[in-house]
Amino acid sequence: MSRRDLFRLGGAAAGGLALSGCAIPGLAKTVTPAQTRAEAARFWPKQKPTRQLSFANWASYIDPNHQSLKEFTKATGIAVSYSEVIEDDNSFYAKIDPIIRSGQATGYDIMVITDGFEFVDLVELQEVVPLDHAMLPTFSKNAIPSFKRSTFDPGNLYSVPWQSGMTGIAWNTKYVKEPITGLDALWDPKYKGKIGMMQDPQELANFGLFRLGIDPDHATEADWRKAANVLSAQRNAGFVRQYYDQSYLNALSQGDVWITMAWSGDIFQQNQSTGNNDLQFVVPAEGGTIWTDNMMIPKGAQNPVSAMKLMDWYYRPDIAAIVTENVQYIPACAPVRAVIEQDAKRKKGANGQTQATLKSLSSSPLIFPPQAELRRTRNYITPKDPKTAQTFKNIFNAITEV
Amino acid sequence: MHGIRSKLTPYYLMLPGGLWLAIFFAVPIVMMIGLSTMTGNVISGFGETWQHFGNYVQGFTQYTPEWIRSAEYAGLGCLISIVLSYPIAYWIAFYGGSRKSTYLFLLLLPFFVSFVLRTIAWNYILGDQGLILGPLKHWGLIAPGFRVLATGSAVIIGIVYNYLPFMILPIYVALERVDPTVIEAGRDLYAGSATVFRKVVLPLSLPGVFAGVLLNFVPAASDYVNASVLGGTGNTMIGNIIYDQYFVVQNYPVQASLSFSLMGILLIGIFLYARALGTEEVLEAAAAI
Amino acid sequence: MSAPTISPAPAPAASGSARPKARKPKKTGERLLHWFTWLIIIWLALPIAVVIAFSFNNPHGRFNYSWTGFTLKYWGPKLFAIPNLTTAMEHSLLVAVVATAGATILGTLAGLALGKYKFRGQGVTNLVQFACISAPEVVLGSSLATFFLQVRIQEGALTVIAAHIMFCVSFVAITVRARVVGLDPSVEEAARDLGASPWETFRLVTLPMIMPGVIAGAMLAFALSIDDFITTEFTSGSFMTYPLWIWSVSRQGLPPQVNVMGSIVFAVGVLFAIANSVISRRRAA
Repeated sequence: MSRRDLFRLGGAAAGGLALSGCAIPGLAKTVTPAQTRAEAARFWPKQKPTRQLSFANWASYIDPNHQSLKEFTKATGIAVSYSEVIEDDNSFYAKIDPIIRSGQATGYDIMVITDGFEFVDLVELQEVVPLDHAMLPTFSKNAIPSFKRSTFDPGNLYSVPWQSGMTGIAWNTKYVKEPITGLDALWDPKYKGKIGMMQDPQELANFGLFRLGIDPDHATEADWRKAANVLSAQRNAGFVRQYYDQSYLNALSQGDVWITMAWSGDIFQQNQSTGNNDLQFVVPAEGGTIWTDNMMIPKGAQNPVSAMKLMDWYYRPDIAAIVTENVQYIPACAPVRAVIEQDAKRKKGANGQTQATLKSLSSSPLIFPPQAELRRTRNYITPKDPKTAQTFKNIFNAITEV
Repeated sequence: MHGIRSKLTPYYLMLPGGLWLAIFFAVPIVMMIGLSTMTGNVISGFGETWQHFGNYVQGFTQYTPEWIRSAEYAGLGCLISIVLSYPIAYWIAFYGGSRKSTYLFLLLLPFFVSFVLRTIAWNYILGDQGLILGPLKHWGLIAPGFRVLATGSAVIIGIVYNYLPFMILPIYVALERVDPTVIEAGRDLYAGSATVFRKVVLPLSLPGVFAGVLLNFVPAASDYVNASVLGGTGNTMIGNIIYDQYFVVQNYPVQASLSFSLMGILLIGIFLYARALGTEEVLEAAAAI
Repeated sequence: MSAPTISPAPAPAASGSARPKARKPKKTGERLLHWFTWLIIIWLALPIAVVIAFSFNNPHGRFNYSWTGFTLKYWGPKLFAIPNLTTAMEHSLLVAVVATAGATILGTLAGLALGKYKFRGQGVTNLVQFACISAPEVVLGSSLATFFLQVRIQEGALTVIAAHIMFCVSFVAITVRARVVGLDPSVEEAARDLGASPWETFRLVTLPMIMPGVIAGAMLAFALSIDDFITTEFTSGSFMTYPLWIWSVSRQGLPPQVNVMGSIVFAVGVLFAIANSVISRRRAA
């Protein structure tokens, strides 16, 4: 390497710097519900029906042999390509955001997004297509009313729920011999190094606040910081083995963690698939989190009409019941409980489930939560203003990043 | 005519590959410098503010532990790798006989299994109730709370495992090149074989060791797969932060500043290395793989 | 670089028998070293054994981490029972083939230029290549990702292929250059003296002589490409390859099919490497 070489390299670098003025634009617009409806009214008449559909979902979030999709294809003639590409909201969003931003198609017509930051971003940046409610008759007939009045998308302008679920505590009875009722267990020195917490800042924040007895709905920035302190103390004491994404389930079954933050449906599915009932789940006495995963249509979708048809399809009670019997989360379709009770009487589940399983499903407070249970649960904290959102993320990412 | 053409030939030959490297390697890295001084967020976009390298200050102050940890894990990994590799390379080079390439081939076997898959396999092997600790705990030989997985040791084990062949090969290549007559001469000069090793073999093999360090340290210090599969709380490395800044926080300027700092630190090291020792050993080792 | 491989390193000196002590009876130290080498080989093979063993496992649920019974069913038609996994594998193979072809052509040309000629800018070229080989993957990946973002190129199969060619091209160039440097220029001169055109000289003389280098480079490029994870993750958008699929599904537990495919890739790779070394040894003999 000679001096002249360095010089040339410098020249190339200067040329590159000139190129580097390329800023990355934002697209945020404030849109009123009326404007959204007007946009939907402009968009939908131009769309033609198609015979295919691409569906992006989380893993293990539908009946495993895709019966519900096969029947959709039989009924409508629309072929569905179903892919389990969503690992978590933020990394999926980080992948599709640049694509939608550049005005191109993601290749998906429906995607399932949790009511967290990414949901807000997709709406704020107008990266999703507003829905045509004229094409959702089954939804409007069967959806549980509270899901139509959700705080994150009132009036379902952009989304309809796929499944809902709760975040609580799960433990492996092979190693934890006492019944768990509250958050103390996650701070119990007995389980030092065997405790799992979730990596997601919104999940983590709620549990920190519950621990302090603060209602997340009314928490201030100061409260967030207090919660972060409690959580850091928990980490610094060596209690937390790891901050997990969905891999907590693997760790819990393997015995790497004994007690962990968990999602309700995962634990049921897991017990069912291993055949032993090693895992237990509870919504802590101090409070738990309730979240909803929603079907949305990304901008640039090639088959929006098919997407609307599929959204409506999953509000048919028999179809929704197939999913519920398999994934065991909270359905947004009201008549599902009656269908499962009937199936239990007929001793026949969607996927050969036993009568006992179906009975316990139809009476499970975690799948059909009673009001008392719901009163203990809170939504995610999702600041809408980007600056506050960033502050929130910084506060709680600082715990898991170290 | 002919003369001119042959003078231009190397440029024609270099052109396609050079252009490719320029577009997909040099330009993105230079553009990253520009990006690293921008500010903004995903919602309102990122704009050039030339904000006095604030992102760099943040990158180093906020993530000091991760920077130190990356250096520590990669450095420890290198040391362990040298200690493990040197005897093996030495034995194969001097006593491998006709089976030399067979041994080298066996040492390269892990590379035939996907990097991600073999790292995940360690997750199962090292698990608290896994193939190794499970039986030991069952027989009561170790405390039930003992663990390897989700600790710094597990990350270092993963790093050593994944990059060990990159250490063995260059050391082997260097030792292989040692002229036997030099050793004979050394034996005539100094009596003990320990002295021969210290005064003759070791100095001759050092370039190989350095090449191995380079080939190990760079990927290890910037890796995030080992830390996220095998590490726990407090084992995050700088690669994980870069990954998070891109995929989780979507703070591209901070991610760019961290990437560029990492690249800068490593490149300075690499260029100093190249000036001092030349690039031949590394390139040769790369070609030998 | 995540995982180069293939040709069992060349044994440059066939003079192994001339080494001191090589024929003498084994000493304790030597025996210890021998055992130690085997110990490390076993340690290195441990995860491979786990991957292969669990391809024969018959798990009850979604989780394939504890031994529950022997089965061959995942080696049969059930291997392709997970469409997304099969597609991911196809994507990996496609990318590897295209990237290998691209990198081999570009790299061979560059290797010829670097090995055969002295030209201005050679220093820079060497330097850039060296930097490209030794640059951390997370930097390569993230800089490409933001580059595509800034110039608004949609990520997908094409961006992955572009990235793979980028990091493979230098490796091919190096292996080819090593071969070119060792060539005897008089052979080419002789061909030209006999009236061969430059193209004929290249096709009939130069290319056959550098072919082993080209093949070694291509195999290295293929191995690097098919196993690449970090750069691919940053440049793939929603395009899934085999390593990416494993990574994303490992959070929920890997199905045995992953192990079967991993074992097949392993076996094919090993066979290729052995065949390659046998052929080159025959040729040398």
